[in-house]
Amino acid sequence: MARSFSPKIVTANALIEGDVIYLSADDTWTRDLQFADVITDEADADVRLISAASQTSVAVGVYLADIEIHPDGLKTKHFREEFRKLGPSNYFHGKQAG
Amino acid sequence: MYKYNDFDAAFVAERNKQFRAQVERRISGALSEDEFKPLRLMNGLYLQLHAYMLRVAVPYGTLNSGQMHQLANIAQRWDKGYGHFTTRQNIQFNWPQLPDVPDILDALAEVEMHAIKTSGNTVRNVTADHLSGAAADELEDPRPYAELIRQWSTDHPEFQFLPRKFKIAVSGSAHDRAVIRAHDIGLRLVEKNGDTGFEVIVGGGLGRTPMIGKILRAFLPKADLLPYIEATISVWNLLGRRDNKYKSRIKITVHEHGIDEISKLVESRFKELRPSFNGADQSLFDHIKPAFAAPAYKQHSTELFEQNYSNDPVFRAWVDTNVTAHQNAEYGIATISLKAHGQTPGDASAEQMHLIADLAKRYGHDEIRISHEQNIVLPHVHKSDLPAVHASLKTAQLATANIGLISDIIACPGMDYCALATARSIPIAQQIATRFDELKLEHDIGELKLKISGCINACGHHHVGHIGILGLDRAGVENYQITLGGDATETAAIGQRTGPGFSADDLLPALERLIAAYLDLRSEPKETFLQTYRRLGATPFKAALYPERAVRANAA
Ligand code: HEM
Ligand code: SF4
Repeated sequence: MARSFSPKIVTANALIEGDVIYLSADDTWTRDLQFADVITDEADADVRLISAASQTSVAVGVYLADIEIHPDGLKTKHFREEFRKLGPSNYFHGKQAG
Repeated sequence: MYKYNDFDAAFVAERNKQFRAQVERRISGALSEDEFKPLRLMNGLYLQLHAYMLRVAVPYGTLNSGQMHQLANIAQRWDKGYGHFTTRQNIQFNWPQLPDVPDILDALAEVEMHAIKTSGNTVRNVTADHLSGAAADELEDPRPYAELIRQWSTDHPEFQFLPRKFKIAVSGSAHDRAVIRAHDIGLRLVEKNGDTGFEVIVGGGLGRTPMIGKILRAFLPKADLLPYIEATISVWNLLGRRDNKYKSRIKITVHEHGIDEISKLVESRFKELRPSFNGADQSLFDHIKPAFAAPAYKQHSTELFEQNYSNDPVFRAWVDTNVTAHQNAEYGIATISLKAHGQTPGDASAEQMHLIADLAKRYGHDEIRISHEQNIVLPHVHKSDLPAVHASLKTAQLATANIGLISDIIACPGMDYCALATARSIPIAQQIATRFDELKLEHDIGELKLKISGCINACGHHHVGHIGILGLDRAGVENYQITLGGDATETAAIGQRTGPGFSADDLLPALERLIAAYLDLRSEPKETFLQTYRRLGATPFKAALYPERAVRANAA
């Protein structure tokens, strides 16, 4: 039996602004987690990661992060990804500020 | 204050020009991230969780008002209107965009500042006692030596490819305010038979393997300073572990080889090197030293101070807590707390920076210091000016009277900013300060150093906090481990772990139990938390932290 693979997204920081970005289905980058492409297949994940990492003039520090699919949208699994999605908790700065 | 000479100015301008071109090539795609990363780190530019972060050096923590104004301008123009002062006596900007960084560096150069040596495997920005040149208990101002080390080590060929970063701290007083025992090299000016020299301490450090430094040389003549440091670094440069990042710092080298062998090697290398120092370093020093001369102190009645001190209880509380004795009895050293209860430790808004700069110019002989405890110091304020300074600080949320108390917390950026973090530290600091302010207990508790790091790297000095808090990730949940009995001063000690960590929700009640136990256990109100801990050991404090265990132990 194939090892179960938990769904993932590809994420990175933007080269110019430094903020958090997610890979979307058409291999461009989005700043909104809800538009991130969810990868459910392990082989696919490797390919997408390599191709995302080759976009070095846009993205820095590309990696895969676990994601959960909920009826009301995508939820990050780890609190670190939750902070990356929102911004710092001491000021209303970063993504949460829009 | 030290002024750049033509060489310094040209050096910084050249570096900025190079970096501007490197940024352009990175953006155009000519440089890959792997090629660019070491270059940006050499210029203090990190990539954190939400944005780039630029770390600007404040050598030995000393600034003038023009520099502080410029830091405020940078915060306003290129950042989100504030800056973060850190335990390394640096300021960090949390939100710059890559294309703006060369302009920021040029703006810094206009006021003789830069971001060189704030990162990478070099001799880092030398830190110093933040009360240098002012403290009543000082033997000699250590900053000219820090400047000498800075000039000589910047771009020195021996130090371009060290096994790891190398941090030096200097102090001129018996009371250690610069944590010299937790640095790769700690230097303390001492007196012997009427001569002044250095006590050289080596191999201290925090991080995942905390160590208290050991004495390498009890008395080093001042003229031997540079060859002796070079000898020490070159011994480590050869022996230091390059195979394992976690074993690369000199503390591990000293630990693995033993202080006796290291000492033998250093002394013999020193003998080889000493003759090549032909006195140029001493004439350089003679050139540097006058820049640190004491200001022209004014003479004035201190009556206004005394009047306000007796009539205004708020002013009195601030003076008692935030003002330290100065070498000149008519003066005081005013520490401006960047720890207003509930605020982010170490953050200052651009408006606050402008105000502090104005106060320094008007009342403080144009001198400002950044402390490793993340506060700002006006080192030379005539006592008659303290009421005006205090009144002005009050208008900008800068008059909190809490220096050295439980809410004067060191907290690293943690997972609110730092890419390496395993948990947050800032909100924990905010909660603790807010809670103990509500309880109106902190003045009763007295001296208490609470320090928080958001991961094992220990940037928040938690190992040397009387109470240390380390944020960890336990199975995807933030968890906080408590250590007790740490000490950052001349009686340095590494805090001991008390037991299992606490969830973010359970941490504050646990700390309240701990403090209640201390108030109960102390022999008299003057016995500090650390003294009580040293007298009684960990057991009664552990019982307060983990009451259910004590119950179980009693039942068994
Ligand atoms: C981009 C954010 C940061 C990164 C990547 C970072 C990285 C690190 C690492 C890897 C260590 C462990 C070094 C070792 O054990 O060999 C360390 C230690 C340390 N850092 Fe940071 N740090 C950051 C922010 C800060 C800040 C904000 C401060 C000051 C508030 C700071 C001050 C220190 C201090 C005092 C130590 C421990 C002393 C020692 O070097 O042994 N760092 N840092
Ligand atoms: S201690 Fe860890 S979380 Fe805190 S600043 Fe240092 S590396 Fe980041």
